[in-house]
Amino acid sequence: MCRDCGCSLGPAAARAPFAAQPATKGHIESIEVITAILDENDRVAAHNRTHFDRHGVLAVNLMSSPGSGKTSLLEATIKALQGELKIAVIEGDLATENDAARIRACGVPAIQITTGNACHLDAQMVHEALDDLPLDGLDVLFVENVGNLVCPASFDLGVHRNLTLLSVPEGDDKPAKYPVMFRGADLALITKVDLLPHIEEFSVERARDSLRQVGFRGDIIELTRRGGPGFEAWLGWLRSEIAARRAAAA
Amino acid sequence: MHELAVCQALIEQVERVARDNAARRILSITVSVGPLSGIEAKLLEHAYPLAAAGTVAEEAKLLVVTVPVRVRCRTCKAETEAASNRLLCGSCNDWHVDVIAGEEMLLQRVEIETADEPVH
Ligand SMILES: Nc1nc2c(ncn2[C@@H]2O[C@H](COP(=O)(O)OP(=O)(O)O)[C@@H](O)[C@H]2O)c(=O)[nH]1
Ligand SMILES: [Mg+2]
Ligand SMILES: [Zn+2]
Ligand SMILES: [Zn+2]
Ligand SMILES: [Zn+2]
Repeated sequence: MCRDCGCSLGPAAARAPFAAQPATKGHIESIEVITAILDENDRVAAHNRTHFDRHGVLAVNLMSSPGSGKTSLLEATIKALQGELKIAVIEGDLATENDAARIRACGVPAIQITTGNACHLDAQMVHEALDDLPLDGLDVLFVENVGNLVCPASFDLGVHRNLTLLSVPEGDDKPAKYPVMFRGADLALITKVDLLPHIEEFSVERARDSLRQVGFRGDIIELTRRGGPGFEAWLGWLRSEIAARRAAAA
Repeated sequence: MHELAVCQALIEQVERVARDNAARRILSITVSVGPLSGIEAKLLEHAYPLAAAGTVAEEAKLLVVTVPVRVRCRTCKAETEAASNRLLCGSCNDWHVDVIAGEEMLLQRVEIETADEPVH
């Protein structure tokens, strides 16, 4: 059961085994169902959103390939906003054990998700993490998803905003190769732009075109964790989203 | 391999249908999947036996209907097919389009066998 709201959303109750029975002549029926296969995930996701909304917390999911700079972006963001915003992080990336430790070293709470399959987070995993993470007084909760450009795209976590990072070393053709992930994002960050002078194959223009062609309609920010105008634009985006959330909660 | 997780969610839905309808066996399960759902029909078919093992759907056939991506153009109003990574109007090449099919990941139909012939 959910401690926060007394809902009955805990880990799914053990199901009675339903063994197939030997073939005999029975009555055959074809039943039309038409339900979204992931409707249970969607239900939990909607519930997660009520947790966030009740506390007026902006929830943001970060998705990318492994190594695109998700944890680094969070570290730099936490440092830049110290004293201004209260941040917490749910770490879902199992690829590297030390992401939660890196976040804690910046002085903010981080919950490491260790259950589930290693290729994506789902709404239930996030809900369980919320049991260990008080949302009171928080401004923003980041969820760092598993480094993977395929699987996380299919699972709504109930966050308010989904972000996809594309780092310069990965190449500008990634949106065309993983259209579902990029199309579903609300904001795209082209990261590690400090490497552009070294990686001439990467064209920011081509990356932007590729994003448009897969149906991405959000803002695109080019940045490096080292700061600069792109990084400031990212902080500005975050501040305005938080302000919008607060206005909605008021 | 999130297709396994998707299959597990599918089996749970099918088990519910089986229970609600007093099924003793499931014969077939029909799902429809569009490329923009992020699910690959082939991978779904591969993952299915693993998820179905030991359930009421163990012997059921999985039928995957793949739905092509279709877009409606806001500019010229044409409805055309599109590739997932080129969501452009097939008629005028404009990118001001709305996706009208290809995002679905649906359980459509379950064919079951119940114990008794119905009494008429
Ligand atoms: N040059 C450069 N390297 C970066 C930047 N951000 C992250 N990195 C490096 O990229 C690697 C992966 O970063 P990390 O944040 O762990 O990626 P994650 O797997 O997406 O969380 C690390 O070696 C970082 O130091 C950046 O803005 N510029
Ligand atoms: Mg990381
Ligand atoms: Zn809850
Ligand atoms: Zn996967
Ligand atoms: Zn057109």
